Amino acid sequence: MTTPQARTHAIDMNAVLLHRRATLKEENQICIKVENLDLYYGQKQALHNVSMDIPKRKVTAYIGPSGCGKSTLLRCINRMNDLIDNVATTGKILLDGTNIYDKSVNVAALRRRVGMVFQKPNPFPKSIYENVAYGLRIQGVRDKRILDETVENALKGAALWDEMKDRLNDNALGISGGQQQRLVIARAIAIEPEVLLLDEPASALDPISTLKIEELINELKEKYTIVIVTHNMQQAARVSDYTAFMYMGELIEIGSTSELFTNPKKKQTEDYITGRYG
Amino acid sequence: MIKSWFQSGSPWIWINAAGVSASLIMVISVIGLLAYRGGGYFWPSEVFQFSYADEDNGLQTIIGERVNTSVTPAAIAKVAGYKMAEDEDYLVRYLIKTGNRDITGSDFRWIQSRNIKKEQTPTDLVAIERREWGHFYGRLKAIKKNGDLLAEGAKAWSVSQDKLSEALDLFAQIRKIEKEDIGAINYGLERLRLREKRLKLEKRWDPAAERQLAEKRAQLDADFQQYQASLSELYQKIRRDSLVAETDSGHEVEIPLAKIVRIYKPNEMDFFQQMAFYFDKVHEFIADDPREANTEGGIFPAIFGTIMMVLIMSVIVTPFGVVAAVYLREYAKQGFIIRLVRVAVNNLAGVPSIVYGVFGLGFFVYIVGGNIDKLFFPEASPAPVFGTPGLLWSSITLALLTLPVVIVSTEEGLSRIPRSIREGSMALGATKFETLWLTVLPMASPAMMTGLILAVARAAGEVAALMLVGVVKMAPTLPLDGNFPFLHLDRKFMHLGFHIYDVGFQSPNVEAARPLVYATSFLLVVVIVGLNLSAIIIRNRLREKYRALEES
Repeated sequence: MTTPQARTHAIDMNAVLLHRRATLKEENQICIKVENLDLYYGQKQALHNVSMDIPKRKVTAYIGPSGCGKSTLLRCINRMNDLIDNVATTGKILLDGTNIYDKSVNVAALRRRVGMVFQKPNPFPKSIYENVAYGLRIQGVRDKRILDETVENALKGAALWDEMKDRLNDNALGISGGQQQRLVIARAIAIEPEVLLLDEPASALDPISTLKIEELINELKEKYTIVIVTHNMQQAARVSDYTAFMYMGELIEIGSTSELFTNPKKKQTEDYITGRYG
Repeated sequence: MIKSWFQSGSPWIWINAAGVSASLIMVISVIGLLAYRGGGYFWPSEVFQFSYADEDNGLQTIIGERVNTSVTPAAIAKVAGYKMAEDEDYLVRYLIKTGNRDITGSDFRWIQSRNIKKEQTPTDLVAIERREWGHFYGRLKAIKKNGDLLAEGAKAWSVSQDKLSEALDLFAQIRKIEKEDIGAINYGLERLRLREKRLKLEKRWDPAAERQLAEKRAQLDADFQQYQASLSELYQKIRRDSLVAETDSGHEVEIPLAKIVRIYKPNEMDFFQQMAFYFDKVHEFIADDPREANTEGGIFPAIFGTIMMVLIMSVIVTPFGVVAAVYLREYAKQGFIIRLVRVAVNNLAGVPSIVYGVFGLGFFVYIVGGNIDKLFFPEASPAPVFGTPGLLWSSITLALLTLPVVIVSTEEGLSRIPRSIREGSMALGATKFETLWLTVLPMASPAMMTGLILAVARAAGEVAALMLVGVVKMAPTLPLDGNFPFLHLDRKFMHLGFHIYDVGFQSPNVEAARPLVYATSFLLVVVIVGLNLSAIIIRNRLREKYRALEES
């Protein structure tokens, strides 16, 4: 195990590296590549031959009407669908060039690299501190100093530190829904994933909490590749760099957000964003 | 009008309320009856002196407590053979506890109220609670020391109190030496005997071992001699004093003080003395060993045995039930076979407990226990160690009996943990096992406690199965004591439920035992309520901790 000093150092180095990369303008590096993905719930096909590239350290939004498969697609990226009975997947998803559906892939390790935040806040019935430290504890971190430091950084990263620093030992179920959702984000970034999947993270929240989450997403994309599913097209327009429109389990169109919203190439996309259906 | 009343739903509410009320009334009356009948037993009741004359015997004096009254209509009394006068409508009879079984041959006697010439409650009547032969009622005459008169008449009472407390003190010392010290020596000697046999069986018996054992044995024997000496001294002291008392029929009886538990004048007591007497008796009932074939004294070994058995059962059943439920709910592929297993588990809960008793005796005691004896205790044979009913087998049998309850409620609890919590944990890179261990199981712990509460309630009151696998009428030693290994799982034990059955139905002295049946039942209910309450408190703490689960 690294000493705390070494760890701090490593984080600093990370920041330096990030900065350098940003300055090098490695703009359109691909993080995730989806290739010919089909997914079946039992007999019912939910995803039809989806292929797309998700760029690194950008926000990609999935939009589309209810039941179009956008959440399903999102949950494929960290193999969350494995937990559902009778799901069969074919095709590939490459994360940094490795197929995550390969037999040799350790699913738990994959999920450590691809964090996820769900529609409804789902904090554990433990203290705020223990919620954030959960991922580290699973990895076997026992050192109190490392835990303290990580919890503080994660809560700061989720813009929650100032509100929570005096009540770290309170039960996480006692805080507001918006705070819970940010706590869940803090929990996810505490284990420093590469990708963050957000499944309608603001749909259960009030407008002010929603705003805070959106601001947070803007800050987080400096460090993480973010994929967000949203019902709300304004939200997609506000937070995302790229947008994918899905319909009936198929990927209809993907492009930079400004282009997709102002100048959609497909008729279906145009109909949807102008509110003609969905 | 009526129709609208029906539509309003009021009848439904009334029916519901009536159902609840009926249940409440039943519970309260059960507990109330037990508390009243059982609790009243310890109160010092008045002792009457009757001048009584019936057709056969002429005038006589009867001294005793009035225990019961029976009123029979004249017609029925006539058929039963009583001579009834024309103007008598009822035959009223009293059941009198006359005590003095050593003289009259019985403790109780029915008398007819019409034959009572005079009824008095003289304050000089004494009641003597003896270690043998039940109560004595009569008048105190004198106190003797080594056969010589020590005090007589009015002075005898105060002297008797002093002498009795001395005797009780001596008795306590004697009992301590006999039960604990000499008991430990006997236990040690038995262990040495088994060790010798074992060494011989294993062909490791050599002069060195022989010398070592002989040394230890000599040590124990020396200790024993010492205790024996102090015992005989104590016995001499306690046998010195005796009292002389006169019965209602004028017999003079000499009773050694060593055989007396308490002497009291019930008719002379004021309220506070009665209260003190009452609590003294209640304390004796809860904290002492039984006497006189369980009809007198306390029931401490039964309370202890019941709680001990329930605790050991809980320790066994909880992990097994939880592990089984986790497998059924979390790991097993839900399908036909699992459905079959679940049906089987549920049916297990409906199997009569005596069947479990038979199974426990046949499988645990004879097969498992018998083989344990063969493998680990060959030196004890032919006497069984674990191959005989005992505490361990009782606990395991009851654990088996209550297993379905724990499995079902744990499964219920597991199924109520929201999927989102599991996914949240898995999304952080936890494996299924880590998710279960760190999040799901703690959250399901209130449900496990519910299962345990139901299991404890069922097990604490269970008798039928236990009669086959370990409960006895009278256990000479508790399953927990100061002799290594302290917890003796192979010992037989006493149990409140069985004690009720034994005292109520197997007792040589049914009338004397009846109030004890109520008192013991009341205590059993109290023990079960106590065990349950503690489990419920723990559960509510856990629930409070995971409170929001139910809200969301």
